[in-house]
Amino acid sequence: MRNKKTKRLKLLRRILVTAVLAVAGFTMIVPFLWMLSASMKRPIDVMELPIRWIPKDFYPDNYLKVWNIGGKGARNYNFGLAYVNSLKIAVINMTCSVFTSAAAGYAFAKIKFRGRNVIFLLYLATMMIPTQITLIPKFAIFAELGLSGTHWTLILPGLITITGTFLMRQYFTQIPDELRESAYVDGAGEFHIWIRIMLPVAKPCMASLAMVVFLWNWNNYLDALVFLSDWRLYTIPVALTGFIEENTTDYGLIMAASTSALLPVFLVFLAGQKFFVKGLVAGAVKG
Amino acid sequence: MNAKKRRQRKTDLTGYLFILPNMLGMILFTLIPMLFSLLISFTDWNFVKGFGNWNYIGFENYLKMWKDEWFLSALCNTVILAFICVPVTIGLALIAAAAIDRFAFGKLPIRLAMFMPYISNVVAVTIVWVMMYSPWGPFTQMVKMMGVKDPPQWLGDYTWALPAIILMMVWSNVGYCVMIYTSAIQGLPRDVYEAAEMDGAGEICKFFRLTVPFLSPTTFFLVITLFINVFQLFAQVQIMTKGGPGTSTNVMVYYIYKSAFNYYNMGYAAAMSWILFAILLVITLIQWKGQKRWVSY
Repeated sequence: MRNKKTKRLKLLRRILVTAVLAVAGFTMIVPFLWMLSASMKRPIDVMELPIRWIPKDFYPDNYLKVWNIGGKGARNYNFGLAYVNSLKIAVINMTCSVFTSAAAGYAFAKIKFRGRNVIFLLYLATMMIPTQITLIPKFAIFAELGLSGTHWTLILPGLITITGTFLMRQYFTQIPDELRESAYVDGAGEFHIWIRIMLPVAKPCMASLAMVVFLWNWNNYLDALVFLSDWRLYTIPVALTGFIEENTTDYGLIMAASTSALLPVFLVFLAGQKFFVKGLVAGAVKG
Repeated sequence: MNAKKRRQRKTDLTGYLFILPNMLGMILFTLIPMLFSLLISFTDWNFVKGFGNWNYIGFENYLKMWKDEWFLSALCNTVILAFICVPVTIGLALIAAAAIDRFAFGKLPIRLAMFMPYISNVVAVTIVWVMMYSPWGPFTQMVKMMGVKDPPQWLGDYTWALPAIILMMVWSNVGYCVMIYTSAIQGLPRDVYEAAEMDGAGEICKFFRLTVPFLSPTTFFLVITLFINVFQLFAQVQIMTKGGPGTSTNVMVYYIYKSAFNYYNMGYAAAMSWILFAILLVITLIQWKGQKRWVSY
């Protein structure tokens, strides 16, 4: 009898805590809900009080203007183009940096070449350096090389990631040496072993790293702001701020632009959240 | 002997080949810029004067910033921001993560909802918050509903602009901390908790006596990560307030950016970025030393 009572009490407590947490979680997404709702409203309706969360009717012009469909958009603005630019840079950097990290990480973990520890220590030391320190020199160097304003300014530094190299090394260190040695005895070369045996084993780690690197590049604002000047080359973050400067008062329009920037990433994230969370957690848990 | 030497040479070569692409990128875009930045921080270089057209002025850049009102306000604001933002975020996240793990039904949806802000494009999210803080935005409406008749113009108000940015920072970082805590909680030893339950320990007791100490390495990691994160705050300030009103939200990276790319004072900006690095380094070292006292493995 008493047991039953405590059980019911425990259940009640769980329901209560869940309710509180659900409210907290809901508060976290209120800004997004409001954004979505405002993006579908006419300019005057956005300011209607009290806030009408579900718009009276869907007003598609905001989205048509943002995506420049039917000649409704601004002259020197093209959200589709910004998407292509962002996607291009993020995909190139993601692919390349995953492989450069996997190669170097493998070498640091498994190949006993001379000077390995010294070089790895150098990597660890540069990991602390904030990007703001290298920003000014990069700006000057790119100007000197005539690369200012091109996508190379975002792609070249993004081809490698020091944090990623470190993560891959940690992962390869955990893989037992026997796996490599047996293939070695069979006469396989190091490169062969890396591609045929090691990379398949490291797939989960590479997938996690890929998602994290993609996100870094997708959200990179400061570099794009400093390096890009032509609106045709703008990535999404800079295209967004440019768009706002031209349409400061049209809030529905601005919210439509923000929604267009956020929604696809949410969908990708929900699809791959397992890898994604693993990637973010990987460096953290060991402490 | 000779064969051994030859084999070692072959191993060396393979190793270097494997790290070559990575190392090249690291040298060209981190190491060289780093040294270059250190070099120009001792010059009076203004970008307008062209490459190489600079004079060495010793430590002048490093000395004059301590008399620069803008730099001092940036430093002060950044420190305030960090010392409020980091403990609040981590405290909330720890409670939320533990509560979700112990009690909640539908753990995943709640965690994902909290995580949403972290993965969102910072520019888009900041724009949404500018609207949230506007007179007819949901945040202002909510404050009005709670009984405040005449809420301030958050981002346009000297006293309220910085707290408004802090609130947004907490909102965007708390989900990340919850995720990290969650994966740490899942690795905690269940039997210790069961033993504590046998002894009649309540939930709150278990939280403070077991969960908090068990998670201290994770907390340590998060404190360092968040500190570094908050010190590098830029996009939110640049979009929301441009450092204003007055100097109320002027933060370090924003001032470095302004000096370098609005006034083209590259030497001065480089010197300030090294001070930023020095502060981050000192914070990390202090916490590294201090962790022995409160982190238990």
